[in-house]
Amino acid sequence: MGNTVKDRTGQEQDSSKPSDDVTLPSLGFVGTLRFVWRQLTSMRTALFLLLLLAVASVPGSLFPQRPKNPATVDQYIEDHPVAGPWLDRLQFFDVYSSVWFSAIYLLLFISLVGCVIPRAAQHAKAMRSKPPRTPRRLSRLPEYGAMAIPATAGMTPSSAIEDAAALLKKRGYRVQVRDRDTARPSVGAERGFLKEVGNLLFHFALIGVLISFAVSGMFGYRGQKILVEGGTFVNNLVSYDSFTPGTNFVTEWMDPFSIRLDDFSVTFERQSKSNYGQPLDFTAEVTTKTAPDAQPRQQVLEVNDPLSFNATNVYLVGNGYAPVVTVRDGQGNVALSEPVVAQVQDASYTSTIVIKAPDAQPSQLSFVGLFIPTAVTGPDGQTVASDPDPLNPQLLLDSYYGDLGLDKGVPTNVYTLDTTGLTQLNGRKLDTGGIVLQANETYQLPEGKGSITFEGLKRYIGVDITHDPGKYGALVFSSLAVLGLLMSLFIGRRRVWIRAGAHEDGRTMVEYGLLARGEDYRLKGEGKALRSLFDKKWLTTNPHKEQ
Amino acid sequence: MGINEALGEYSELFMLLAALTYLIAFGAFGWDMAASNRKLAAVNRRAGQQNGTTHPGPRSGSAGTVTADMADPVRAKAPAMAARTSHEGLTGPGDRVARVSGGGGNASDSVADESLLYTAERRTAARIGVSVTALAFTVHLAAVLSRGIAAGRVPWGNMYEFATTGALVVAGVFLLVLTRRDLRFLGTFVIGLVLIMLMAATIGMPTPVGNLVPALQSYWLIIHVSVAVIASALFTLTFAMSVLQLIQTRREAALAAGQAPGMAFMRRVPAALSLENLAYRINAVAFVLWTFTLMAGAIWAEEAWGRYWGWDTKEVWTFVIWVVFAGYLHARATRGWTGTRAAWLCITGYLCIIFNFAVVNTLFTGLHSYSGL
Ligand code: HEM
Repeated sequence: MGNTVKDRTGQEQDSSKPSDDVTLPSLGFVGTLRFVWRQLTSMRTALFLLLLLAVASVPGSLFPQRPKNPATVDQYIEDHPVAGPWLDRLQFFDVYSSVWFSAIYLLLFISLVGCVIPRAAQHAKAMRSKPPRTPRRLSRLPEYGAMAIPATAGMTPSSAIEDAAALLKKRGYRVQVRDRDTARPSVGAERGFLKEVGNLLFHFALIGVLISFAVSGMFGYRGQKILVEGGTFVNNLVSYDSFTPGTNFVTEWMDPFSIRLDDFSVTFERQSKSNYGQPLDFTAEVTTKTAPDAQPRQQVLEVNDPLSFNATNVYLVGNGYAPVVTVRDGQGNVALSEPVVAQVQDASYTSTIVIKAPDAQPSQLSFVGLFIPTAVTGPDGQTVASDPDPLNPQLLLDSYYGDLGLDKGVPTNVYTLDTTGLTQLNGRKLDTGGIVLQANETYQLPEGKGSITFEGLKRYIGVDITHDPGKYGALVFSSLAVLGLLMSLFIGRRRVWIRAGAHEDGRTMVEYGLLARGEDYRLKGEGKALRSLFDKKWLTTNPHKEQ
Repeated sequence: MGINEALGEYSELFMLLAALTYLIAFGAFGWDMAASNRKLAAVNRRAGQQNGTTHPGPRSGSAGTVTADMADPVRAKAPAMAARTSHEGLTGPGDRVARVSGGGGNASDSVADESLLYTAERRTAARIGVSVTALAFTVHLAAVLSRGIAAGRVPWGNMYEFATTGALVVAGVFLLVLTRRDLRFLGTFVIGLVLIMLMAATIGMPTPVGNLVPALQSYWLIIHVSVAVIASALFTLTFAMSVLQLIQTRREAALAAGQAPGMAFMRRVPAALSLENLAYRINAVAFVLWTFTLMAGAIWAEEAWGRYWGWDTKEVWTFVIWVVFAGYLHARATRGWTGTRAAWLCITGYLCIIFNFAVVNTLFTGLHSYSGL
């Protein structure tokens, strides 16, 4: 870097060398900064950073990402004992918040600011300046034409130029007439300043989108909740199954609304043979309140149609079955009687279920297995699911007794059962066999440990609750970006010059030339349009064709 | 929600017929290319006799008329003024003609019109190609429409439908542009791609007509996907043009170096610079549409999943494509990056689109994985 600085500024001092002179190195430092800044804000760097950003985004689609599924990441690291930890160290599992990804987009945006601010200043000046002086040889311009106004029209070169200026003005050009009363009056005109305005608007709007992203990440929150029919959700921290706050989120901002799931109905495809059983409609009927003492309201929550509470939205993102089970312990007391959420695994709603009864005496009881809404016997004698509707619901369970370890204060996952330290009572490989429960059946556990009853079935919904104050900004700025882009790409910035002179035979000769700034494939069309306007106005003849 | 399965089967039949018809069109365009070798050689000889040796090919003939039209009369009519005003610049465009016919120093042997307009030359095979393409498009349209009617919704709810509707739009956009510009040189390329898309759809991912899963039941499906399909169709055209541009650039370099350029059929194809300019214009439109696709997708994601951007696999690739084409637009404004490098960026962008459609939909899991496969 020091060398380059020397080259550019022509200084004798190499700034990379330590020096006892105080002033020169500081100049070198400033020079270096200026050099780096100039490099960073160059078009070439912008292009390079853009392409780098594209490349850097790709790993996020190839490797599992922590923010989305942390469990998959852990599994991946376990499966790849050598590469995994390295990938982790290099932040390949958190690509979009990694140091390198952030560095690229921050540099890009610094470059953007450094690029557009001077350009904006320059353009502001350009918009106030006069159209540039008329070139000597209009014929050198990419679009050129000449015409003759017949002598009978009584036009002088000056009046022709006045006419031309008026015409151009009407077409949106900014015009300036020069050399008005000389033999060669001319008009200079320019239009399309909005092209550059659009370009600047587009780039500034991108900064706005980035800021909106940051606002979303700082002040928003996002959480999940599973709600069984009849259940109620109140929007406060303890009600959530999982909760991800923004970095600067304040709990007091949470809207105190509540939702009760009254009924959830599902429609599956029944007519078409080829798509039989495909879901067609999920509809949740809910009763909502915007505050604890507010009027309850009946509302409908559907996929693609969230509920809104001020700036907080509730989305229907999942559903499944919650079999209602009653577990009695060895002493005959009810240890558990409630709907237990089963996790859907496939399109036929085969679901895994874990039932924990820590209140059972003398030993705690637990069950793990499957819930199948329509159980049929498959070709190999196995029970398989054949339909997502509950036509023949079955619970297939293994049972355990022993300390579930729930009292130790360590958070445990309700959807998994750690069987270490537990003693198995039922299982397909044991003599006791697995538990198979049809609706309303009860199974007596071996060794007098208790019983389990499949009492009924409820449906549940999974909802996402999000509060995202950045989304409005993102929408506004990205709309502005599209507007700016349209202006930038499709407005032509053009200059037109027209010059007139008197021919000795009394005709007034007019010539014009057009020049585009930047890409403008419609310049030719504009040349033609102007020509026909002039022809109409002056009834001109073509000096090329006449006689 | 009634599905008309009988109509759905007719749709599949139409789709097959359309593919067969495209195959004939493909053959005709191929014939046009192959035949051009002989024909152009003959034209060349004739032109050589007329014009001396300064200009290769019949384009010199048209350049010759331009010269005659523009310069000569002016020189003849304006001398009085020119004599008086030589300093003021009311001279005729004499200096300009030299530049025009010089072609900016571009050594191209292309016989195509620079602004890609139709010339007087008769190309029977190409005409048949266009007519048969129009016929195939009609059958194809019937197939897609009957699919949509059979399902009672827009025909782009799964991969089979994306591919078949996408192919329809590619063919339609091609025919539409053909009414204004002579892009028949793209025929083999574009119809070849349409055929690949149709075959991939009908053989690789056949899907019977069905209703939409709830996640797709949104008017955003109509907006977001239709715009994405149109943008992709435009990118398909520019991809083909960029590939041809690269080939043409090599041939022009060979010509400039006095070597035989090879691939004589490429003389049907416009000069590299013309290809680049038209591709840029189409890419500009497609980029705006893609930007809109990205935005509409974000709005839909906000409505369906509660976040407008979540770096889902599909979102990542849509973003990558957007950035690559933003890079392309920048490249066109960066010295040293126009021409060949810009063409490579355009090709890269298109390969990302293919990847996004073919690989991301099938191999990756994400929220968008309801591709219907
Ligand atoms: C966030 C990243 C960026 C994106 C997505 C982006 C996108 C675009 C797009 C789509 C265009 C085309 C509009 C047109 O042709 O007028 C454009 C043009 C332009 N961009 Fe960017 N840009 C970015 C960053 C930058 C940076 C960092 C610079 C400055 C170094 C820059 C300078 C320019 C300039 C000067 C043009 C106008 C090109 C012309 O005159 O044709 N951009 N940009």
